Amino acid sequence: MTETARPIIQIQNVSKRFGKVTAVDNVTLDINAGEFFVLLGPSGCGKTTLLRMIAGFELPTEGKILIDGQDVTGVPPNKRPVNMVFQSYAVFPHMSVADNVAYGLKIAGVKGDEIKDRVAEALELVKLGGFETRMPDQMSGGQRQRVALARSLVMRPKVLLLDEPLSALDAKLRAQMQFELSDLQEKVGITFVTVTHDQDEALSMACRIGVINKGEVAQLATPSDLYEYPANRFVADFVGSVNIFEGKLTLDDPDKAAVDCPGLGKVYLNHGVTGPHGADVWIALRPEKIYLHVPGEGKAVKAAAQDAPDGYNFARGKIKGMSYLGDITLFEIELESGACLRVSRPNLSRHDQEDFTWGDKVSMHWRADSPVVLLG
Amino acid sequence: MALFARTPVAPLEYSRTLWMRLWVGAVMVFLYAPLVVLMIFSFNDSKRNVVWRGFTTKYYEKAIGNDQLVEALLNSLTIAALATIASLVLGAVAAVMLWRFRFPLKSAIDGTISLPIIVPEICLGVAFLMFFAAVDWPTDLVWPFNLGAITIAHITFCFPFVTMVVRSRLATFNREQEEAAKDLGASEWQVFRDVLIPHIKPALVAGALLSFTLSLDDFVITYFTSGPDTITFPVKVYSMVRFSVTPEVNAASTLLILLTVALTFVALKLQGLKAIAETH
Repeated sequence: MTETARPIIQIQNVSKRFGKVTAVDNVTLDINAGEFFVLLGPSGCGKTTLLRMIAGFELPTEGKILIDGQDVTGVPPNKRPVNMVFQSYAVFPHMSVADNVAYGLKIAGVKGDEIKDRVAEALELVKLGGFETRMPDQMSGGQRQRVALARSLVMRPKVLLLDEPLSALDAKLRAQMQFELSDLQEKVGITFVTVTHDQDEALSMACRIGVINKGEVAQLATPSDLYEYPANRFVADFVGSVNIFEGKLTLDDPDKAAVDCPGLGKVYLNHGVTGPHGADVWIALRPEKIYLHVPGEGKAVKAAAQDAPDGYNFARGKIKGMSYLGDITLFEIELESGACLRVSRPNLSRHDQEDFTWGDKVSMHWRADSPVVLLG
Repeated sequence: MALFARTPVAPLEYSRTLWMRLWVGAVMVFLYAPLVVLMIFSFNDSKRNVVWRGFTTKYYEKAIGNDQLVEALLNSLTIAALATIASLVLGAVAAVMLWRFRFPLKSAIDGTISLPIIVPEICLGVAFLMFFAAVDWPTDLVWPFNLGAITIAHITFCFPFVTMVVRSRLATFNREQEEAAKDLGASEWQVFRDVLIPHIKPALVAGALLSFTLSLDDFVITYFTSGPDTITFPVKVYSMVRFSVTPEVNAASTLLILLTVALTFVALKLQGLKAIAETH
């Protein structure tokens, strides 16, 4: 990320209401020049509406949108320095690939020779060189998407908007396109703003992610911050898989804290929380941060037996369910309290999945800095 | 012809079963036998066209030499061409308007626009007769302006068909294409010209074909709106038949059939059969 972050898109107190439904609720957001920004959220959260307002297809009910310092709130889409790749790609079916890509340049009145050069350059960029005379119905979905990309990039927009760009592709192609889009963004240096409901997509491509929930920004962070330091239960639950337990903050010192969870027992942390004492909080614990072992063999046994919270947290349970996924195995563990804990375990050797089976009594431990304390 | 196939017939291969072939054959006979008979008897060397009396092409010469008949055909073609062009413009604009915009009385207009298709032709014919009499429509204009009344009547029943096919085509339009064009800088007019018109082009060709043939063979409405100087082909044929069914009528009809088939063929070639089939 750049130190001299310059906002290219400024969304200021923007709301959008469709009748009584509020799609976007007082969003303020800066997107920096040159970054790959992802708007992530469940369907119907208002992320696409936000994108369409940046493109100019929807007008904000309230608030202002600035692109490169200029207020574009009332500017129609054909006069904005942004281009969009649509979810359906919207490639013009009656035009050849070259004509599709050249369309915007022709409208802009660019001269014939320059059009030819720029179209060739754009097609080369999306690896469609030699496809100039093809018609869209002779191409696969992935290729049509590249045409849509080239058609937008050839305009050299200040910002490229992508609406669910990978949702229509199959899993393998999607993974490949994630890398290609990141590469492309680095190569052309244009700001990309992508909308997606797929957290893998967001985590793998984004410089920064804005998580949207019910029309509001739930959290704005880098992918790793979003995953490791979710700001609230919605983000913790929406991004990745998580165990959430309700509890009370019973100890809150600068260097340690404890949360008493009825479901999980006492959870110790090696850092302060700075929440009000006795407050209702939530503990979020990722399944992969929990170590699973046969009772009596774990390194945390001693610490837990002494109830010394400086090392690891500790819990006991019984395997209630497991699903083998190849690279990892997911366990559902019934704790002594009756609550369930999801634990994932990497299959580091070929025989790891044989270590445990249904009904086994197991012990678990996790580091004191693994749980996240959520106040909301 | 392999009517009795050696290879076994697959469960859904209906086109290879005997009963299906017989049925299709019967339908073809039902549809085309009268036309084929008409064509054959246009070569009949007999004044009273009932019994076959030998082959001749003299009635074709007679038909082509019949100035009144040629004039009627010319009238018909002119009316059909004018009505088609006007119907295309009106019909397409109406379709786009009904699809794209919201305006007062939209549902009322939507409901009544196809009324000329439903209303019995005889009623329309009488209505036009009354209307043109009431407005005192001039009947002594020079050609082709004297065809105005008939052309207007034809436009009335042709353009709803254009509207229908164009609307069904518009229903398959992906609005994101319109947005994509705008996003690339296109104005409303450029979107219309570069994206919407190409999309509805197959429907326009289909609508033009429909209009042209409907106008060309319309008898009832034309009969009520034509004057002594504005005889169209079907009206002329009708008046010829009233005296006697001569092979000349057959010859003229055969020529008209060939003309229509040729026109349809050209139109389909122009657009591609597939695209037109897709509009329905």
